[in-house]
Amino acid sequence: MFQRKSPGTWQTANRPVLATTEPTLIRYLLAGVAMLFVTLFLLAPLAAVFAQAFSEGIAVYWAALRDADTLASLHLTLMTAAIAVPLNLVFGVAASWSIAKFEFLGKSLLTTLIDLPFAVSPVISGIIYVLFFGLHGYLGPWLAAHNIEIIFAVPGIVLATVFVTFPFIARELIPLMQAQGTEEEEAALSLGAGGWQTFLRVTLPNIKWGLLYGVILCNARAMGEFGAVSVISGHIRGLTNTVPLHVEILYNEYNFVGAFAVASLLTILALITLVVKSFAEWKFKQELHAIRM
Amino acid sequence: MSIEARHITKHFGAFAVLKDVSLHVATGELIALLGPSGSGKTTLLRIISGLEVPDQGSGQILLHDEDVTNRHVSMRRVGFVFQHYALFRHMTVFKNVAFGLQVRPRKLRPTKRQIREKVHELLKLVQLEWLAERYPAQLSGGQRQRIALARALAIEPKVLLLDEPFGALDAKTRQELRRWLRRLHSELNVTSVLVTHDQEEALEVADRVVITNAGRIEQVGTPEEVFHHPANEFVMNFVGHVNVFHGRVEGDRAFLGPLEVEYSGQPQTIAQPARGLVRPYDLDIDRQANGKSGFSATVQHVNAAGPHVKIDLLADSGEPVHVELTQERFRTLRLTLGESVFVCPREINVFLGGQR
Repeated sequence: MFQRKSPGTWQTANRPVLATTEPTLIRYLLAGVAMLFVTLFLLAPLAAVFAQAFSEGIAVYWAALRDADTLASLHLTLMTAAIAVPLNLVFGVAASWSIAKFEFLGKSLLTTLIDLPFAVSPVISGIIYVLFFGLHGYLGPWLAAHNIEIIFAVPGIVLATVFVTFPFIARELIPLMQAQGTEEEEAALSLGAGGWQTFLRVTLPNIKWGLLYGVILCNARAMGEFGAVSVISGHIRGLTNTVPLHVEILYNEYNFVGAFAVASLLTILALITLVVKSFAEWKFKQELHAIRM
Repeated sequence: MSIEARHITKHFGAFAVLKDVSLHVATGELIALLGPSGSGKTTLLRIISGLEVPDQGSGQILLHDEDVTNRHVSMRRVGFVFQHYALFRHMTVFKNVAFGLQVRPRKLRPTKRQIREKVHELLKLVQLEWLAERYPAQLSGGQRQRIALARALAIEPKVLLLDEPFGALDAKTRQELRRWLRRLHSELNVTSVLVTHDQEEALEVADRVVITNAGRIEQVGTPEEVFHHPANEFVMNFVGHVNVFHGRVEGDRAFLGPLEVEYSGQPQTIAQPARGLVRPYDLDIDRQANGKSGFSATVQHVNAAGPHVKIDLLADSGEPVHVELTQERFRTLRLTLGESVFVCPREINVFLGGQR
């Protein structure tokens, strides 16, 4: 039941010298190359973001952040994530539950469709929505007649974000739930638990760390999405600008300090995501370890 | 609490897993469903529990004469024990066993104290009280299965259903648990159905054995009946070891490989294909032909470990033959490898017709 191996967690501390291992020199060389790449392409840009943001002092940095348009974009981004993540949470759990635990018609189609947002360029997802809800689109005239704004308004942004972040949670959960099988749920049912009780007491605790992991990734993408949102938002300052779009606008206006100051917010989000993600992973392994002793 | 399955048919896609199967289990009985993989025994058990439903419109399940065919598994109050234990991995042993009591609706739920007492009583019953605070992964396979049983018993089930409960355990643990289950059953006297593909397990544990094959029931009987009076060739072949001799029946004689014996059934005017099945212990070995019907063979391998001596021979006509002798008889004979001997059956069951 607990044979799942998290890759290489146990043996590292006391690794036996294997005949198949590489010579020391090669090992250090490979590790060195990897470290160099990480430094060059990840750490250096990261440092550059903060260096630029604070290049004219902390006061200017603060001022840039406290700009009304920046605050509005922050508000919009947070709201979008607050809608998209719970929606995808519900969808992701429902989809992976049904894919992992039931047989039904159209299952393979659903499995394939979940990957669609990964397969298609975000710009195209945005354009599809414009085509659909835009003034010259299929639903556009009807929506206009009923005074419902989707394109170049908040609902469109939320829709595009939901679409783009749609696979994250489901993809995290499906393999996990498939590996766990249905026996524990069946046992719970045979012991008299209802469907909801079974979900809350058996299924959910078994997937909680995987779920948290998926939520974190989903949230990072929801706040950081550029392409799809860019097409659909219309870039109305203070109204339909999300944080990534706002960064672009500031940058295009040669307001480098402002652009990097706002960008630093996204960078901080990325760092927090990494920390929480590592914590979730660590917690998950620790739990498994305790159980496996 | 009796169990009755009436005319159960079940298809998975186009494949018929169960074909009009009926079964009655009396109150307090322990029954074993024994059959090869894919014979439908597990499906029948799952249909009794409600984890699986029979085909639309086919059959009925009755628990204590009450029709529960349309009742959800959670309302049937059956104790189900899974092959791979299915313990809740994130809960301690205590919480696993308490689960069935804690999920009851508030009005029917015992108090915390009552639950604690009940759980400890059950852990005592399965002799694992000291493991209450452990997690399932910290237990051995045998311990896990005992906990799974305690958990199933916590809801005071009307019937206990065990799906290959010892299938994932090593031989020694399996043997111990088998005996233990037998004792537990006589103590609790709860009507039980055990699914297994291990004939030894079925014969040792059950009051009655149900032999399943290809979606049908071949025979229902006490272990002694199915072993000594098999209803047909399949049962004889499946329960216990046999030597099979292929041949034909002509008139009242059966010509089976190297053997020629009298055919006790209806004489056949036209030659019919037939097979003779002989248990290894129903074959005797002699130094020379003794006037009885038999054949000569060469000793190829001797295994004297165990209560009986197992001897592999090769008949002169080419068939491999397995014989079991008592240690005493073996000592008298003093067989050596490569020796040519005479083999004769004490009892042979002849079955007519095409190969099944």
